[in-house]
Amino acid sequence: MIEFRSISKRFDDGTLAVDDFSLVIPSRRTTVFVGSSGCGKTTLLRMINRMVDASSGALEIDGENVSAIEPVQLRRRIGYVMQNSGLLPHRTVIDNIATVPRLNGVPKRAAHERALELMDTVGLDRAMAKRYPSQLSGGQQQRVGVARGLAVDPNILLMDEPFGAVDPIVRAELQQELLRLQRELGKTVVFVTHDIDEAFLLGDQVVILEKGARIAQRGTPEEILANPASDFVASFVGADRGRRALSIREVDGARVLVDADGNLAGRLVDRPAEASAS
Amino acid sequence: MNLFLDAFAWIAAPEQWSGSGSLPQRLGEHLLYTVIAVGVAALIAVPIGWLIGHTGRGREFAVGLSGAARALPSFGLLFLFVMLVGVTLRGPIVIAVLVLLAIPPILAGAYAGFEVIDRRTIDAARAMGMTEGQILWRVEVPLGLPLLFGGLRSATLQVVATAVLAVFVGLGGLGYGIVQGIAVRQFDQMLGSALLIIALALLLDAVFALLERFAVPRGVRAGRTPIVRSASPRRRAVAEPSA
Amino acid sequence: MTWVLANLEQILELSLTHLRLSLLPIVLGFVIAIPLGWVAHRYRLTRGLILTLVGLLYTIPSLALFVVLPPLLGTPFLSEANVLIALTIYAVAIMARSTADALASVDPDIQQAATAMGYSSWRRFWVVDLPLAGPVLLAGLRVVAVSTVSLLTVGVIVGVDSLGYLFTNGYQRGILASVLTGVVVTVLIALLLDRVLALLGAWLMPWTRAGRASRRSRVAQPSQLVDRAPATVGTGVQGSGA
Repeated sequence: MIEFRSISKRFDDGTLAVDDFSLVIPSRRTTVFVGSSGCGKTTLLRMINRMVDASSGALEIDGENVSAIEPVQLRRRIGYVMQNSGLLPHRTVIDNIATVPRLNGVPKRAAHERALELMDTVGLDRAMAKRYPSQLSGGQQQRVGVARGLAVDPNILLMDEPFGAVDPIVRAELQQELLRLQRELGKTVVFVTHDIDEAFLLGDQVVILEKGARIAQRGTPEEILANPASDFVASFVGADRGRRALSIREVDGARVLVDADGNLAGRLVDRPAEASAS
Repeated sequence: MNLFLDAFAWIAAPEQWSGSGSLPQRLGEHLLYTVIAVGVAALIAVPIGWLIGHTGRGREFAVGLSGAARALPSFGLLFLFVMLVGVTLRGPIVIAVLVLLAIPPILAGAYAGFEVIDRRTIDAARAMGMTEGQILWRVEVPLGLPLLFGGLRSATLQVVATAVLAVFVGLGGLGYGIVQGIAVRQFDQMLGSALLIIALALLLDAVFALLERFAVPRGVRAGRTPIVRSASPRRRAVAEPSA
Repeated sequence: MTWVLANLEQILELSLTHLRLSLLPIVLGFVIAIPLGWVAHRYRLTRGLILTLVGLLYTIPSLALFVVLPPLLGTPFLSEANVLIALTIYAVAIMARSTADALASVDPDIQQAATAMGYSSWRRFWVVDLPLAGPVLLAGLRVVAVSTVSLLTVGVIVGVDSLGYLFTNGYQRGILASVLTGVVVTVLIALLLDRVLALLGAWLMPWTRAGRASRRSRVAQPSQLVDRAPATVGTGVQGSGA
C-alpha cells in the first residue's frame, strides 16, 4: 500500500506542481493517474521512488515513510518504466534487463538467466538478447523496458506513459500484454497517462487530476463513467458528448447503440447467449 | 616539383639521421612536448569537464573559455610567457603554454560528450537506482567517450602545431628546420621539415580518428549511421585550427 | 604604457593591416565553402570525400602550410599570397563542414512543406534552406573569423607583417610591452569581428532574435528537451520521432 498524506510540491522556480494531495494506492492493483500535461501526475509518480522529493507532507510505502529510505536503495526495489523506455544504448537487451540485479550484486550468470526468463514473460524472443536497443522496434524496446522494470521482482511498478510513443496498434497490443502480466503477477502498478481510454482499460482505480494534482475524481472506471463528479470530469471522460453518450435506437427489431454524434457504436445484445450468435 | 625532390633528398640524407640536431632527436622533442602537454592538460581538464557535464553547472564558463581560447594567438602567448618568467625556465614554460592551449578543447570534449547523451537515458538510470557514481562511470563516461577523444584529437593537433613554434624560444622540435631554413634560404631543409610536420600531424590525426571510432559504444554504432555523424558538429565546434 | 604611446602609429598601422589581411580569407572561405558544403550535404558519396579532405587540410599546422604552398602553387616564398591562401584553406575547411551540418540541421518537415507549396529546389535552397541553416552557418563563420585573426600572426615568420610583428620584434629586442600589446590587440580584433558577425546575424535573421526568449523557456521544459534529443544527439534510443 502506498499512501500520500497531504503532499505538496513547489519547484525551485515557484510553480506549485502538487497542492495538498492525499491518496491511498491499494496493493496488487493498478492505479492510474490521468490528466492533461502539466497537471502534476508525473511528479506524483516520481515522488514514490524519490526521483522528486515532496516539499511537505508524508509518503508511506507499507507504513514506512520514504523520506527515511535512502533513494538509491528505494529505487532498486521499485520497478520503473518510462516513455521511450530509457534503455542504455550501449548495452545489449539482456544486459539492460539485468542492470538492476547486477547493481544489487547478483552474479552475472544468474542475472542473465533471470533476464531470459523475463524476456519470455514480456513476450520477447530470446534471440533478441544480444541485440542493442537501437536495433529494436519501438514496441520491442518498450517490452525490454517493462522486463527491466520487473527484473528485481519488485512489489511496486511505476509506469510513466510507457506506451505514449508507440503507434496505436502496438499500443493496444502492449496494453493487453500488461493486463495479462498483471493478472499473472499482481503487482502494485502506478500508471500515468493522459489517455482516458487507456486509464479506463488498465485501471482498477482511476484518479483524474486537475492542475496542481487536485483530484477531480477517484474511483473505478464504472463509477466515474456512471457518476462524473463534476463538469470537468464529465468533459474529460467525454461522458457529455461523443461516443460515450450512447442511446438506444430500434432498427428492424434490433436495438442498436448510437453515440451523441449519431454514429453507430454497436448493437445491444443479451450476454452471453446471443453474443456468439451475432 | 624538384623542390619537393630536394626536400625528400634532404630528409633521406644520412646526416639528418644521426648526431645532435638530427631528425629523430627533433621528432623526439616534438613528441615529448606534445605527450606531456596533452597528458597534463587531460589530467586537469577531463575531471573538470566531466564534473561540468554531470552536474550541468559551469557550462557557460566552459563555453566561454573555449571561445576565448580560440581568440588567443598561441604564437604571442609563447613569447609572452617566456619573457614574463625568464628564459632559464623556458622548457616548463613552453609546456605550460601548450597545456593552456590544450585544456579548452579537452574540457569541451569532456563535457559535450556528456551533454549529448539522451537525458532520458540518464533519468532512467537514476530511476533504476544507480548511484551518481554509477551513472557517471557506467553510463556517462562510456557514452561520452567519442566526443572526449574528439577533444583530445583537437588538443593534440593544436599542440603539435604550436610546438612547431617552440624553436623561437630555443627549444628545438621539428620547427627548427623551418626557421633555420628560412634564415639561411635553405629551401630543401625548410620544405623537408614542413613535410615531416605535416606527416606527423596527419599520423596523429589518424590515430585519434581510429580511437574515436572504437570509442563509440557498440550499441550506438550498431544503430543508425547518423548517430556518429550528428555528433560531429559538436566535435568540430570544439575543434580549432592548428596554430 | 609609454611604449604603447610611443609606438601608437605603428600599432595602429599593423592593426589595420591585420584586419585587412584577415577579412579576405574569411569572406573567400565563406563563399567557397557554401557550394562545397551543399555538395557534401546533398550527396552521400561526396559527403565522405569532401569532409575527409577538409578534415585533413585542417590538421596541417599553419607554419608548415605557409612553407609548402609556394612550391606547390609557384608563388614567391615570402609573399602575402601564401598566407592568404593558407588561411582561406583553413576557413574553407571549417566552413564546408559547418555548411553541411547547417543544411542538415534544417527541419525536413519544413523543406517538404516548402516543396509541397511549389518551390523549385533552386528557389527553395535560397529562400528556405539557407536562411534556416543560418544560425549554424553563423556559428561556423564566427569560429572562422576568430581563428583567422589569431592564425594570421604566425604569418610574420614567412615575411607577412601583421600584429605578429609585435611578437617577434618584441621578443628579439626584449620589449615585453610589444608582445603584450600584440596579444591584446589580436584578441580585441578577434572579439570585434565576432561581435560584428553576431550583430549582423541578429539583423539578418530577426526570427532567431525573437526566438531567443522562447528558446530559453523551452530548455527549461524537460519534455521539450527530450523531444529534440534524438535528432540533435544521436545517442537517441528511439526510433519514434524520426
